[in-house]
Amino acid sequence: MSSEGSYYVPEQSKLPIFASLGLFLTVYGAANWLNGDDSGPTIFFFGGLVFAFVLWQWFSTVITENINGLNSTQLKKSYVWGMGWFIFSEVMFFAAFFGALFYIRTMALPWLGGEGDKGVTNEILWQGFEAQWPLMVTPDMAVNGDAAQVKGPAQSMSFSSVESIWTWLPFWNTVILLTSSVTVHFAHTALKNNARKGFVGWLGLTVFLGICFLILQVEEYVEAYQHMGLTLETGAYGTTFFMLTGFHGAHVTLGTFMLLVMFLRAALKGHFHHDDCFGFEAASWYWHFVDVVWVGLFIFVYILG
Amino acid sequence: MAHGPAKGISRWLFTTNHKDIGTMYLWFSFAMFLMGGVFALVIRAELFEPGLQIVQPEFFNQMTTMHGLVMVFGAVMPAFVGLANWMVPMMIGAPDMALPRMNNWSFWILPFAFAMLASTLLMEGGAPNFGWTFYAPLSTTYAPPSVTFFIFAVHIMGASSIMGSINIIATILNMRAPGMTFMKMPLFVWTWLITAYLLIAVMPVLAGVVTMMLMDIHFGTSFFDAAGGGDPVLFQHVFWFFGHPEVYIMILPAFGVVSQIIPTFARKPLFGYASMVYATSSIAFLSFIVWAHHMFTVGMPVAGELFFMYATMLIAVPTGVKVFNWVTTMFKGSMTFETPMLFSLAFVVLFTIGGFSGLMLAIAPADFQYHDTYFVVAHFHYVLVPGAIFSITAAVYYWLPKWCGRMYDETMGKTHFWLAFLGLNLTFFPMHFVGLAGMPRRIPDYALQFADFNMIASVGAFLFGAAQILFLYNVIATIKKGKPATDEVWENPEGLEWTVASPAPYHTFTTPPQVK
Repeated sequence: MSSEGSYYVPEQSKLPIFASLGLFLTVYGAANWLNGDDSGPTIFFFGGLVFAFVLWQWFSTVITENINGLNSTQLKKSYVWGMGWFIFSEVMFFAAFFGALFYIRTMALPWLGGEGDKGVTNEILWQGFEAQWPLMVTPDMAVNGDAAQVKGPAQSMSFSSVESIWTWLPFWNTVILLTSSVTVHFAHTALKNNARKGFVGWLGLTVFLGICFLILQVEEYVEAYQHMGLTLETGAYGTTFFMLTGFHGAHVTLGTFMLLVMFLRAALKGHFHHDDCFGFEAASWYWHFVDVVWVGLFIFVYILG
Repeated sequence: MAHGPAKGISRWLFTTNHKDIGTMYLWFSFAMFLMGGVFALVIRAELFEPGLQIVQPEFFNQMTTMHGLVMVFGAVMPAFVGLANWMVPMMIGAPDMALPRMNNWSFWILPFAFAMLASTLLMEGGAPNFGWTFYAPLSTTYAPPSVTFFIFAVHIMGASSIMGSINIIATILNMRAPGMTFMKMPLFVWTWLITAYLLIAVMPVLAGVVTMMLMDIHFGTSFFDAAGGGDPVLFQHVFWFFGHPEVYIMILPAFGVVSQIIPTFARKPLFGYASMVYATSSIAFLSFIVWAHHMFTVGMPVAGELFFMYATMLIAVPTGVKVFNWVTTMFKGSMTFETPMLFSLAFVVLFTIGGFSGLMLAIAPADFQYHDTYFVVAHFHYVLVPGAIFSITAAVYYWLPKWCGRMYDETMGKTHFWLAFLGLNLTFFPMHFVGLAGMPRRIPDYALQFADFNMIASVGAFLFGAAQILFLYNVIATIKKGKPATDEVWENPEGLEWTVASPAPYHTFTTPPQVK
């Protein structure tokens, strides 16, 4: 830290430009890959590696700075604001997909089914289509029957199609994820009380629950693809189901990874103290956030789905 | 932290200094402004006369699309972020931005993103050709293959915007000097605080909508496909939920800039400071509930048309408060008309014209006549060119002496102003007339009756373009050999940035000043 200022402004850093390069190569590779260019996967994975390596370096730099006492109370507050607003941006990302779901269910489908002023499309284009949710018969199927290009799923994930809640996988996933939010909170409390064993234990349990959730989610997807005829391509139901649960799953994966890193830091390196644990707190906020999103999903995609 | 800038190119590649990063943002933005300007001149050259002379319709569509995308995401937004980088820490008495490394990351993503976007011009099937609003299914079912690159470019420039905004918010909330309470913050800081909030709220929605496109194109989903139960209109709703706050993202910092400049040259404090803050907040709030006024003709229920019509008209109230305050600030002031003031005055007058045509467009039944005509083009260019672009130009003239320690050439500055002023009015005012007479936008050819006005518009556009070359020359000449500027630069200007030396030292306010 320099003598005249109390807010640590880091010296020059190579991290940002290489992070930009890594990010660019990743998406450039992805775009080439999707467009069927043979070089795509190579660029994508190389870029991903660069990006991951730079992020690793970046986080270890930040951690080292904190250990060396460079981070004033004010600087720590900047990180707090940063994480808080990042989570808000994630909330808005999910809002877009929830919005799409609500719009399709309450506006688009009834109109396609002939309701109201806009129902005229039903007579002209989609005769015989009836609005329903879960959307098992797409407008395409209603008109073209077996020749339809966009076919609905054979079965849906909706609660209405299950016999008992106790054998219903999403219910158990809800239990697991809600429990994990509690365990990560216990970990936090333990840390605040300087109970390191409890902290590491509860945190480890949280990671374990996160992994359980992900395994069940994979199981659910396998079931959907192999037995229920429910895929990304099965009309608006498959679209919204997989995009919402898929992005949520991706966020759980990231959250679990973050908590795992915090667990390893705590268990192996003895990081985090009762008054200095922002890395862990940020990860746990993120975890609570994915939990809240899941509650929204459970209600609107599964129960009312 | 006590160090000066590093030598050579590494200063720019690896910097963590808010002034360096601000400079890079501003130069990048100007480069994009010239690129987007060249695209615009291709459009105006083709429209100089009726008939097809210079480009094919397919290429014309790529030009309108790329012009819009480059100007919005490459020129205007980065310019304001650059101004925020330079000025916000100095205005609130902070040593730097809150998260300096992330700050540099936000910038360096942009050259990559725009290189990728520009490279689509050379790809098979050409660049994106579906308009900057990229409506589905034009941008999905009927899009060229380069749309995938466009989507990823939008993703990473969105990431850049979100990180930049988080940084600005954290800086303003956390880094103010002791005594710099919220209601003492300069309005530029206030407007950027609110803008950054808008950005964090809507850039993820933009990411969401391009992701839906990506899924529809490559993974067979049915978001925008009625055959599968989706709806192309859904695209428009999600896009404009982003898009309407986006236009305020491009204008709120402009409000901040002129609210700094007008008091200086009227030699009076800003009239109605608190009402300016509340008006800005109200505009930001309203921006979230008016999006569907862009889609009156798409076939919405009447209740929707009415709601969005009245909500849109409400925006005129806080905006009127602002215009009133600027005018009242000048009332009985000792005004002088240096270049920044000229651009700010033109801002107030011409932006108001754009605001009034916006009110006309807000009237749903009338919009049915105006929709997709040149009247709309005239409207949004009147808010963006004398709004965003003029305020950025005013800001550059206003603070350039502080940045580089040298005074610009006033005569050249005023010449730039008058050429730009004349050029822009020649270009965009006739568009009102051809629009009302029914000339559709985004068409490379037109009926003979529109020929005269289009020729005038094209001449104006080239004049406006030429004026920017003079601007570039003036800025470079100032940096190279301008006369030394005083620390205050202007007569008793308000604000912490004028208390430091000109040029501003590499690090300012390493010890925070006490604000009374």
